Formats: sequence, C-alpha cells, structure tokens
Amino acid sequence: MKKAFSSIYMVIMMLFLYLPIVTLVVLSFNESKSMAKFTRFSLKWYEEMLGSRMIMSAIKNTFTIAILAALIATIIGTLAVIGLDAMTVRSQNILLGFNNIPMLNADIVTGIALMLSFLLFGVSLGYKTILFSHITFCIPYVILSVRPRMNKYTDTLFEAALDLGASRGYAFRKIIMPELWPGITSGFLLSFTMSVDDFIITHFTRGAGINTISTLIYSQVKVGIRPSLFALSTVIFAVALIVLLVVNILPGRRAKRAALEV
Amino acid sequence: MKLGKRWSAPFIIMIIAGTVIPICSIVYYGFTSRKGGFTLSNITAMAEPEHLEALGLALLLALISTLVCLILAFPMAMILRESKYGKQGFMVFVFILPMWMNFLLRTMAWQVLLERNGVINSVLGAIGLPKQQLMNTPGAVVLGMVYDFLPFMILPIYNVVSKIDNHLIEAAYDLGADKAYVYRKVIIPLSVPGIVSGITMVFIPGLTTFVISNMLGGGKINLIGNIIEQEFTVNSNWYLGSGLSLVMMIFIIISMLLLAKFDKTGESSFI
Repeated sequence: MKKAFSSIYMVIMMLFLYLPIVTLVVLSFNESKSMAKFTRFSLKWYEEMLGSRMIMSAIKNTFTIAILAALIATIIGTLAVIGLDAMTVRSQNILLGFNNIPMLNADIVTGIALMLSFLLFGVSLGYKTILFSHITFCIPYVILSVRPRMNKYTDTLFEAALDLGASRGYAFRKIIMPELWPGITSGFLLSFTMSVDDFIITHFTRGAGINTISTLIYSQVKVGIRPSLFALSTVIFAVALIVLLVVNILPGRRAKRAALEV
Repeated sequence: MKLGKRWSAPFIIMIIAGTVIPICSIVYYGFTSRKGGFTLSNITAMAEPEHLEALGLALLLALISTLVCLILAFPMAMILRESKYGKQGFMVFVFILPMWMNFLLRTMAWQVLLERNGVINSVLGAIGLPKQQLMNTPGAVVLGMVYDFLPFMILPIYNVVSKIDNHLIEAAYDLGADKAYVYRKVIIPLSVPGIVSGITMVFIPGLTTFVISNMLGGGKINLIGNIIEQEFTVNSNWYLGSGLSLVMMIFIIISMLLLAKFDKTGESSFI
C-alpha cells in the first residue's frame, strides 16, 4: 500500500517535471509552426537555429562569458581564501559578510545596483559590464567551496615544507594547491553553471545589441515564440543530460556524492 | 598561514567595486529626486495603491508557491530517502536534470502548454471540452513559480532528511510512538534547517520575480518585480525604481530574519 503510494507519487512528480520539456522536444521536430498539432517530422527548425546569426552569437557570448567569469572568479576567490587565512578573525568576518551580500540579495536588486553604478561612473553597458557582474556574483560561490578546504593542517604542512627547505613557491604548488584543488574545481563548475543560467543580472547590465541565450529567449518570447527556440531547448537539454550522465556514471559513487553536495 | 594578506587584494577591490559601490549607488538614487535634491518620495511611493497592490500580490503568490512547493517536496524527499541506495542516486539525478535547463526555456514550455491555442487546450478540444483561459491568470504564475523553484525546495530538504539517523526513528517506534508522533517529534524537527533554506530559496525569487509573471501573466499580472523592472526599462525613472527596490530589500531582510529564528543551527544545507 505504502509502496504503491510512493510509486504513484513519484510518477506524478516526474510527469510534472518532464512533460513540459518533452513537449518542447517533440515540437522541435514538428514541421508546422503550430504549437498544438504535430504534422510531420522535420529538422527545419534546427536548420533555422544553426543559420540564425542571433542565436549563434548568443550561444557564443553565453559560453565565453561563463568561462571567463568562472576562471577569473576562481582565481580571485582562491587568492582571497589564502589571504583571508592570514587575517584576524574580525576582519575575516567583515569581509565574508560583504562576500555573502550578492548571494543573499535578490538578483533584481543586485542587477539594478550594478547597472546604476556603471552608469554613474560613465561605463557604457556591454560585454565587459556583463562579464564584470558575473565575476561579482561568482566569487562568493568560489569562496564558499574553497574556504572549507583550508585548515590548520594546511598551515602546518606548509610550514613543515618550508622547514624542510622547500621554497615558498614550491611549497605552495606541492602543499596548498593539492589541498585546495577539489574546492577550486567545484567552485569553478558552480560559477560556470550560475553564469550560464543567469538572466536577471545580465538583463540589467547588458546594454543594447548584445545577447546571451537567456536574454535572447526573453526578447523572442515577447515578440512571439519561434520553433527554432524549441530546437535550442532540445539541444540544451541534451547537453545537460550528457554532461550529468558523464559526471554521474563514469567516476562512480564518489563523484556521484560530490554532485549531490552541489 | 603566512603567505600574506595581500593575496586578498583583488578580492577586496572586487567587493568595493562590485558590492559596496553598487549598493551605495542604489541608495543614492533611491533618496534623490528627479531634480537632484534629497527626497523620501521614492520610498513612500510604495504606499501608492498601484504599488501596494503589486507588492501584496507578489507576497501572496510567493507565499502560495512556497507552500505548494513545501507540500510537494517534503513527501518527495522522504520517498527519496527511503528508496534503495543505488536507485537513490538515480532519482536525485532525475530531479537535478531539469534545473540544468535554462529557467526561461522551462517557463516558455508552460507558455506553450497553457496558451489559448496551446497543447492543453487542444487536448481538451479533442475530448470535447470547451477551451479554457489558462494563460494570463494568477494561477498560471503560481504554476510557473512552483515548476521553476520546486527542485530548490526538494534538494535542501532531501539533504537534511537523508542524514537523519535511522536509529533515532526506530528508537521512537520502539518507545511506543505512532507514525504521526514520530514525524512531529523526530523527523520534522530534524529537517528544519533544510525546510528553512528551501523556503528562502523559493520565497525570495518568487517575491522578486518579473520574468515568470511577464511570460505567464502576459502583462496582466503586475508584481512588484514587474513595476520595478518597468521603471528601469520602460519609464526610465531610475530614482523611483531604486526607491521601490530599497523597500523590497527590507522585505527580503525581514523574511530572512524570520527564517533565521527557526534555523538555530545556522548552517545552510543547500550548498
């Protein structure tokens, strides 16, 4: 009885989560533009997507911004964790308090605040302002994942290495980096996904003439949905599926647990 | 460790440029009139009926969505906890996957389903039922919020619930507690941190959204987020938009303080 209830509940939830996505996938192969009738199988919306310069440049912007933002945020965040370690608890807490603000604040407020400060300082909105904003909201996630890796043990090992005659650079490469590395990679991946997924902050800091996938969808939906967006959805869903499958299945249980923690 | 504080310099610069200055800017605009003098009118503008109504509606819809998410997510987390170990990983994977799809695309999917000539209406038509006005209703906005934010409720609750020691539950049964009592006295108190972070992660985006209400409300459902967004993109009245944002921020801070009271452990279980 209880088992049956669990299974039914599970199936209903899965339908709820996946029915909309399946609908988009099916419609992306529909020849007609209708959103209700499936006339014939066709790949023409995929051709339209590949031929659309707008969609392609939005994809390019999304991924270059995500990679750059995640990379820069990871470097600044990791350096920050190392520097924080040398500070008094008081100044650490003050800095970490500020660090939490973009994470706790509503995105719309963060986006507006960034936009206003750009305009106050006469910075014209565009690719660079999006990148800067993304770095800003990614750093907290990097610090959150790298900082727990830093502990008394790291300190002692580092000093032991120096005592044994290692140079500071060598000890850094051999002791600190390996210790922090898992946090650094998960911080990078987290930043990357946050950046790809962001709409609201990009919306306010982008300026005219530049789109990411999110802002492109938003402006297209306002004018009327074209089925090429369904094709785009299908591609994004397939990529997410493959990436998650690879992450979950290849390296076995340990990676699986790690993915859950994120 | 003795590598030196200066390693934090880029971080401190980013905090100043990316957090402190922007917040000062929004406060500056919020308290400045269009002519340039100091004013409180952008703040008190929240009391105008139009804005008050939008704030009230946003609070209401966000509250309903949060409750629906909680009611749907808690049993789900418990089912996930009880499923066999290997299956558990797969099930969690199933719930994470939709989160990886851009949330605008997920919202757009509901637009396709709910539209006047959309999928649901044509199914209704096929079985001989009249067409329904599904889009542009508060219900559609709530549905969109629940759909978009549900995984953010399930995951934190699951994270806490899956760590509850089975022995505690068994001990309670052994001591004569019935099922309802075990939930009330053991399982729910232990899952409070997860519930609290789930509520935060659904309520705040719901309260401040303008995207879902725009896409599924068709401009007919005006939430406070829509009003603020329009002040920036349509009316170009940054002063009023900033003032209203500051008031909205107060609501966010209040709800966080309220939630923090319940979560005495103080650990965020989502990340």
